[in-house]
Amino acid sequence: MSKLNINGQTLELDFDADTPLLWVLREQAGLTGTKYGCGIARCGACTVHVDGQPMRSCVVPASAFGPAQAITTIEGLSPDSSHPVQQAWLELDVPQCGYCQSGMIMAASALLDGNPNPTDADIDANMTNICRCGTLQRVRRGIHRAAEIKAQGKTA
Amino acid sequence: MNRPGSIQPPDDLGDARAATDMAWAVQRADRQALGGSGGSARAPAIGALSRRRFLVGAAAAGAGLSLGVLNPRTAAASASATADEVNAWVVIKPDDSVVIRIARSEMGQGTLTGLAQMVAEELDCDWSKVDWEYPSPRQNLLRDRVWRSFATGGSRGIRGSHQYVREGGAAARLMLVEAAAGRWQVSAAECSAANSIITHKPSGRTLTYGAVANDAAKLAPPLEVKLKDPKDWKLIGQPVKRLDTADKLNGKQVFGADIQLPGMLNAAVSACPVFGGARKRFDAAKVAAMPGVKGVVPLDNNAVAVVADTWWRAQKALKALPIEWDFGDGGSLSQADIIARLDEGLTAETPLIGNQSGDARAALESAETLVEATYSYPYLNHATMEPMNATARWTEDFCEVWCPTQNGEAAHAGAAEAAGLPLEQVEVHKVHLGGGFGRRGAPDYVRQAVLIAKQFPGTPVKLLWSREEDMMQGFFHPITKARVRGGLDADGKLEALHLRVSGQSILAGLMPNRLADGVDFATFQGLLPEGDQRISYRVENLLVDHAMRNTHIRPGFWRGVNVNQNAVYMECFLDELAHAAGTDALAFREPLMRSNPRGWAVLQAVAERSGWASRQEDGRHLGLAVFHAFGSDVAACAEVTVEADDALRIKRIVAATDPGFCVNPQQTEAQVEGSFVYGLSALLYGECTVRDGQIEQRNFDTFPSLQISQMPEVETLVMPSGGFWGGVGEPTIAVAAPAVLNAIFAATGKRCREVPLKRSGLKFA
Repeated sequence: MSKLNINGQTLELDFDADTPLLWVLREQAGLTGTKYGCGIARCGACTVHVDGQPMRSCVVPASAFGPAQAITTIEGLSPDSSHPVQQAWLELDVPQCGYCQSGMIMAASALLDGNPNPTDADIDANMTNICRCGTLQRVRRGIHRAAEIKAQGKTA
Repeated sequence: MNRPGSIQPPDDLGDARAATDMAWAVQRADRQALGGSGGSARAPAIGALSRRRFLVGAAAAGAGLSLGVLNPRTAAASASATADEVNAWVVIKPDDSVVIRIARSEMGQGTLTGLAQMVAEELDCDWSKVDWEYPSPRQNLLRDRVWRSFATGGSRGIRGSHQYVREGGAAARLMLVEAAAGRWQVSAAECSAANSIITHKPSGRTLTYGAVANDAAKLAPPLEVKLKDPKDWKLIGQPVKRLDTADKLNGKQVFGADIQLPGMLNAAVSACPVFGGARKRFDAAKVAAMPGVKGVVPLDNNAVAVVADTWWRAQKALKALPIEWDFGDGGSLSQADIIARLDEGLTAETPLIGNQSGDARAALESAETLVEATYSYPYLNHATMEPMNATARWTEDFCEVWCPTQNGEAAHAGAAEAAGLPLEQVEVHKVHLGGGFGRRGAPDYVRQAVLIAKQFPGTPVKLLWSREEDMMQGFFHPITKARVRGGLDADGKLEALHLRVSGQSILAGLMPNRLADGVDFATFQGLLPEGDQRISYRVENLLVDHAMRNTHIRPGFWRGVNVNQNAVYMECFLDELAHAAGTDALAFREPLMRSNPRGWAVLQAVAERSGWASRQEDGRHLGLAVFHAFGSDVAACAEVTVEADDALRIKRIVAATDPGFCVNPQQTEAQVEGSFVYGLSALLYGECTVRDGQIEQRNFDTFPSLQISQMPEVETLVMPSGGFWGGVGEPTIAVAAPAVLNAIFAATGKRCREVPLKRSGLKFA
């Protein structure tokens, strides 16, 4: 049994040492919001935060983490879908099929945490997740809108 | 020889029959590979009433159908929902909430919301109280196909069902009004309904839909319903928000790959990497002791699955499993062989004609100026973000399946065949799709899941393909080349055109019974003389024909299907002709489009919005394309820059679409934007190549997809001209690649005739 800190809770989970974090989240912790897309860290569907930093969870073994590291999945981003990125995504109807969107939202929220008002160039450099339905234009608009919502929240 | 006047495109592609045909085609391929009973595959007969069916049937007769019992999404809600089904399309609960039944599959394209808008429009209900649910294919069977087709393909979700879903909403409204009138003992003619409230006009009394839904459900449905005049629509045409967004923002949305059932096992699969090949032997003992492994299961004659407690362990054991394959005839074929086969077809004789008028060959001989070019378009994998998957639980008298599918009925048929059970003893629960694009019309992965589950009676097993398996075992966009020749007269007017397509036929590979005297009319999408896949131009001497050159690679319907390459062949070549004629590409098209006012309107709109007329003085490089696809007219004007170091940047695209009636303009915009991501991914990088019979690309490292840094700004002009229902999800992809290719020529003076551009010398970050 290993202890992992996931979404603010310390969970005791039983997994093989080489199991990627993605599969421990999905199969041991039952958190299926984080998706499998490629298994080689190319598509970004498995993006989670580890201590606030975006990480593609399909290629890192879960055994590399301990209870000292805060792992946040899409389920833990906010208790009620109130994160500025989630609000913006709802307002603009960003998702199509939605399968890549957990990863998109986690990548976008991490970007905004480090850069509250990203330019288009910042978005280009930081958002490398892929979406086959083709929501990219709304993802860009959504990040700009989330930045506005976040700024409003701070001044309010 | 086909007479052009009699040529009809296969209008029902993507509908139930086609999908069912596909289900059997998949089986046939598997059985032929077995070397056994090919051709004997038949739909399982609907047998005598089983005990299980009798129970369900009795419940249905006694207490109304509670469909949700079998639908995980609505199981809790439906336990008490028995008599509130007003009709097959509409359920109204006592609290006035409305559940609209959606037969087609939602895979991102927004059909779910659009169909609900159409039912709600005629129902005159409060849109804020609308929710939705999927009926199951089995219930459709047991209720004489009351929901008709479940097939979701060919951009037909809305245009193929708008009439009867609106009638369903209108009939429910009449029944609710009649029930209220009965309560008040007044004439229904004195009552009106709006926003889920029925009003008795003379007295001002009101009742809500929820208050009378149970009474309405007991009434006989009206024999006749009158649909609203489009000018009275309040909801159709409005950019309302999607009904399915909220759960996609917080991880709650359950996709097929996310299904979790008590006691569930997980399976990983490997099929022969060469189509038509077979499994020779595997050594299960080598992995039997690996952690969590529960079994190794051979499937058909060409695949093997490992079952374990978790998928990660199953996949790990699968990788460790020694498997030997017999690659068969396909194993000797590589890309160069296929290209050579296509090249031979470019000039070969062929009787397969899609469109013919005048005498193109003679007119080309005598033309003042002859222009000729050869183009190519590759194999492509759908690469849905969610790999193929299905979950099944099998017992000897009932089989349940949970799967993302574009065609619930095809999945049902495929599952029943694999289960060895009659259709009534098989249930398919449709789950949200992580992308479809045509791939999930086939039930091959559903069959596999059932075959595996059969080895673990009573235990649910979830099969999930690895990305690598998904890349290899696709239904690939067919490979083609085209030789196009055009003749200009002394005034530079196009007088003759011969477009020869050489390459693979989808119908020949998947449903050969749909060929018409050997002709695959789907090959000629957007080039046919008439119908919803007609050519946009009138050319006096025209010949469009096909040298069918098939391979062992399994072809399939890939978003847009054959318009992808046909629009490149036609629209890029018209640009070449305009250039040869010394004419502006817009002006060159004008005389050819005089009998196509809608096509001309969308083309003019994008030209105007893009500043086409002033492009040279502004120093901007633009490219145009227009196409008729899936009943709609679409056009695009792309603007690119190509820097001195050959760095290509697609800056901006203006796209116009006329789908006739537009149900939800903001979702239409989303589909147009998405079409450029999918279409430009193919143009820039997307290519599947064959080596020793196998698809070489195995993941997104070798089959990349457009990233946000490469995404042009897309401006969408939705131009619904009314009077017809055209498709939305697929048409625009036709103009994505040719508009950009024509803009690249404007920028560089160089023609790129080979898709993808990765060998063009252009650089794109």
